[in-house]
Parts: sequence; C-alpha cells; structure tokens
Amino acid sequence: MALPEVKQTATEARLANMVMPDAGCTRAAREDALARVLEMGLPSRRDEYWKYTRPDTLVSPEAPHAALFNADEPMLFDEFDRLKIVFVDGVFSPEHSDDLVLEGVSIDRIEDICCKDIHWAKELYGVLESHGQTPVQRPLAALNTAFAADGVAIHVTGKPSKPISLIYKHRSESSDAMLHHIVRVESGAEVTILENGPAASRFNKCIEIDIADGGVLHHVRAQGRDHERRAATHMFTRLGQDSVYKSFTLTVNGVLTRNEQVVELTGDDAVAHVAGACVGDGDFHHDDTVFVTHDAVNCESRQVFKKVLRNGATGVFQGKILVKEGAQKTDGYQISQSLLLDEDSQFLAKPELEIYADDVICSHGSTSGAIDETALFYLRSRGILTKDATNLLTLAFLAEAVDEIEDAALAEAMVARLEGWLSRHS
Amino acid sequence: MLEIKNLHVKLEEEDKEILKGVNLTVEAGKVHAIMGPNGSGKSTLSYVLSGRDGYEVTDGSAELNDKDLLEMEPEERAAAGIFLAFQYPVEIPGVGNMTFLRTAVNAQRKARGEEEMSAADFLKEIRAKAKSLKIDADMLKRPVNVGFSGGEKKRNEILQMAMLEPKMCILDETDSGLDVDAMKLVAEGVNALRDAGRGFLVITHYQRLLDHIKPDVVHIMADGKIVKTGGPELALEVENNGYSDILAEVN
Repeated sequence: MALPEVKQTATEARLANMVMPDAGCTRAAREDALARVLEMGLPSRRDEYWKYTRPDTLVSPEAPHAALFNADEPMLFDEFDRLKIVFVDGVFSPEHSDDLVLEGVSIDRIEDICCKDIHWAKELYGVLESHGQTPVQRPLAALNTAFAADGVAIHVTGKPSKPISLIYKHRSESSDAMLHHIVRVESGAEVTILENGPAASRFNKCIEIDIADGGVLHHVRAQGRDHERRAATHMFTRLGQDSVYKSFTLTVNGVLTRNEQVVELTGDDAVAHVAGACVGDGDFHHDDTVFVTHDAVNCESRQVFKKVLRNGATGVFQGKILVKEGAQKTDGYQISQSLLLDEDSQFLAKPELEIYADDVICSHGSTSGAIDETALFYLRSRGILTKDATNLLTLAFLAEAVDEIEDAALAEAMVARLEGWLSRHS
Repeated sequence: MLEIKNLHVKLEEEDKEILKGVNLTVEAGKVHAIMGPNGSGKSTLSYVLSGRDGYEVTDGSAELNDKDLLEMEPEERAAAGIFLAFQYPVEIPGVGNMTFLRTAVNAQRKARGEEEMSAADFLKEIRAKAKSLKIDADMLKRPVNVGFSGGEKKRNEILQMAMLEPKMCILDETDSGLDVDAMKLVAEGVNALRDAGRGFLVITHYQRLLDHIKPDVVHIMADGKIVKTGGPELALEVENNGYSDILAEVN
C-alpha cells in the first residue's frame, strides 16, 4: 500500500542526506531495514502509536539545536569501578574509553564488525529489531539499523567483575547521533550494563539484547543534563528459559524523550522487569512505550513507571502486556503513576492487556495525583519545611520504581541524582 | 506557656463556627486535660494550634511564650515548641521512619539556629528512646506508620515527641484504639517527658487515660467553649455521671 503523501515526502526528506556505512557483514540487514523504512514511512502525528508524542523533531532532516549544559555536577557513576566505553556526539572515542578488555566478555565496535565477513553479531544485527516491527511498527528503530555507523557488540560469556558503562557525551550543539548496540548474554552468564549522558542534540539509539537460557542482564540507564536534547531509544530484548532481564531508566529533564522497550519472553520461567522514574519541569516531554510479549510458560514480567511533572511538563505511558496462546502461568504486572505538582502538567496513559491464555495473572493500574495534603501537614507539623516535605514525598513516590534496581549502590546513585534535581528545582 | 484567649474558629469551607470563645492557659510543668462530648471542638482546637489548613480564626489569640502562634506556618510552630500527637497518625509509604525523624529533628534545630545532630548521636538517642517505648529496630526502618498496628502508631507518636523535645505537647485522643497495656506504655512515655519546662494538653473522652497521666487541671469543653474547670476530681465526676449533669449545671 502506498504511503500517504505527507509521510512519503517527510521520509524521503529525512533519507535524502543519509549515507549507509560501508557495511560488510551487516550489509544485508541494513538493506532490509532500509526497505522496512521505505515501506512503513517515518512516524507522523497521525499515527496511533504517536498520538501523545509529536515525532516531528525526531524525523526532521536536521537535528534541532540543543545547548550544552554547563554545570559542575560530576558525571554519574564516576565513583563506580566499571569498563568505560565513551561516545562523543555518537562517535566512539578511544582516548576517553578504557581498553575494551574484560574477562568474561568480548567487545567489538560495530565499525570493526562491518569490515568482517563472519562475526557472531551478524546473527543478531537487525534481527530483534525486525522481529519487533510486528504487531506495532517502529520505523525509527529500522532507520537506526540501516544507518547507525557506530556502537558496540557485547558478547558476554562469563560473569565480568565490573559493569560495562556506555557513556554518551554531548559536545556539538547540532549533533545528530545514531548508535546501534547488540548484546548477547550466553547461557549462565551475567552482566550489568550502565548507560548515561546526554549523547547528542538528537539521539537515535537502538539496542538488541539476546539473553540465552539462564543468562542475566541488569541494565541501569540515566538520561539527564542538557535539557534541549531529543532522544528516541529502542531496546529489543529476547529472553530464553530461566533468564533474567532487569532494566531501570532515570530521566531528568529533556524536551523530548521517547523510550521504547520491546520485550519477548520466549523461554519458560524467564523474568523481565522494566522500570522507569522521571522528573520533568516546564517544556519536558517524556514517553515510555513498552511492549511485553509472553510466549512461554510460567514467566514473570513487571512494568513500574513513575513520573513527577510540574510547570506544564508532559508524561506519556503506553504499556502493553500480550500473553500469547499457551503462555500459561504468566504473571504480568504493570503500574504507571504520575505525581502532578501543579495543574498545568499532564500525564497521558494507555495501559493495555491482551491475553490469549486462560491460566494467567495479569494486573495493571494507572493513576495521576497531587501531593497528599494530609501527609504534607504531618511532616510540616514535625518541623520539616514545606519544600523539604514536598521533596521527601516526591522521592517516596518514585521509590517503587527505584527499588527495582537490585544493586543498592546504583540505586543510591539514582536517588542522589533525584535529590539534586529536586534541590535545584524547588 | 500556652495562652489562648477568646478563640473563635470556623470551618473555611462552610460557615460553621466550631470554637466559640475558648479561654485557656497552660503553665509550664503542668498537665491540663480537656474532656468533652463528641463534636465539642476538642480536636479542632488541637488542629488550629498546630496550624492545619481548613480553619479560619475569626477572633481571639493563641500565644506560646508570648509568640503569636496563629501567624506561624505549621513548621514554625513546631520549631517554636508545639507538638501534636495525632489521633490518626498518617501513613507515609516510601519515607523511612528514621529518615523522617532525623529530618524533623535537624529541621527544628536549624530553624532555632542550633547545630544539627550528627548521625551517630541521633542513632544512639533514638535507639535508647525507642527501647523504652518497646519500639524495635524494624519499626524504625519501616516507612512511617505503614503497616503499624494502632498501638504501634501511637507509640511512634510518643517516640517523635521524645526525640523532638517540644515545649508544649498536645495529645489528641492518644488513648483511642489502645488496649490497657498499650495505654500504660504510652502513658509511661508521656510521664517520662514531664518536667518543669514543659506543658501538656491531653485531649480525651475517657477518664481512664488520666489514671495513668495524672492531670493538674481538668477542663470540660462543650459546644466550642470551656464550660467548667477543676482538679482531677472533675474527670472522675464525668466518669461516674457522664456529661449531662455538668452541662445542665452550666446551662
């Protein structure tokens, strides 16, 4: 079917100045992805999946300008022992990065893989993204698969002694960055992946994660700093039997952020938790779009998303649990809540369940509310200033999401960031 | 210490006068009890003194050591020395009891220009005080009042009072929902805080609490006013004959 003319024009305009990297073993996947983009067209305001978030600035030919954030706040995770992989405006930076050597894991740059004819990553590059295009189209992810020139392929075969830390620095006020990472966690292997930094003026990032039977992946991400930045991110995760995926995202500021998580539980007894906490002020727009598919027996999934919004900020949650036929004993849970600190802010939520098995437990809930006045008075009556009492209650509201992080030190680092934001904005 | 003169209060949302000229003076070192039938305005008095929203003072004054309470925010009143033990302590999920109390103690110290309490000193003090109220370490770690039994909540109020060391303690029906043993424990906690520099206003329906916290003065409140004031024997009179005799007498 032909695309609507407006969409066709917008897609062609975006593709006009894009150059596919010299692709080696990823060439076929990239060409397939480009064909998907041409077929689907890039998102427009009329698309149902983009009803609450305007994609215009994410698909425009040029990235909108985004000022750099100059503050003396130290970078997150500085105090953690980790293997640092640094990208500056979407380009790998060897001088900022550690040597990509760590026991239990092998790490290659996508650029290097492209020079090879045979590499394990070839079996994965674009595969989960392509699979994740049904039943809902995600054209920005296909665009990424086709054109992302950089990123890393992480192959986890053991239990590395420290987290792998992907750091995204933003140096140019007009940078338009695309990164594509792929991660394969082998059977019985376990890894923690950290991500932080504003990345670029506009950032399109895709991660494909394949967790084999009994593999474990912890993911903790922080999106913060440069407020004018825009980002569309996708994480496609496939879980094997008895495997575990736990992902947490903290978002602080940002005029436009769309984070999509596409999770498929394909092996029995797998566990997937995706959580997010975000705080936004003023012209802040944050969209969590999650699609969890249960396609095996006795799997557990949790979605926990909390948003604190003020001064006209907007939060969006589109979350779905799809339980396929035969996925018995599924335990699916989804909660999305917003704390609206004034009447100008808004939260738009679209929770969905679609269930084709009869022996499952699935629940979902979504709420919007203001600060509890009774609790606020109780705290003030003990001498706590209104501002501090409000901050305490705000952190308490976010706690359920932050508690999804298993590592206590990482959770504390997230709370410290939130406290910093609250102290600057109240 | 606490001086209330001709206090008139109405509900902000409806034109209904609740307090109709309350006069009350609580001296340092004394325990005053207020008794009275339901709807007489006892709890309203406690809320107005602690600064809760929803009430409008139309006349009169309330001062703590010559400072105008009614002009202050709730947190300023707390720093000045007012403490209200709530009839229904509020549950606050996500805020640890210990964090809450330490924030409160240091906020008050800061407001008074005093040095903040170190984490070590705070821990030492709270452990000792919690122990005497039979509050275990787990209750200190848990979120404020979440999952606490009725008795635990009231003991937690007294623990807060002990840590904050207020000048003027107002207890709003602290005995409600308590069994005899829990009431004794709470009363012991209150009695331990009695000293020459501190005043108490104990609001209760029943004389039984006053068996454990011996009042110096007993007031009877009815229809928004204090209608009778006497010694501890007044509480016994209420216990034996109910409020009707007293109310008939003053009318």
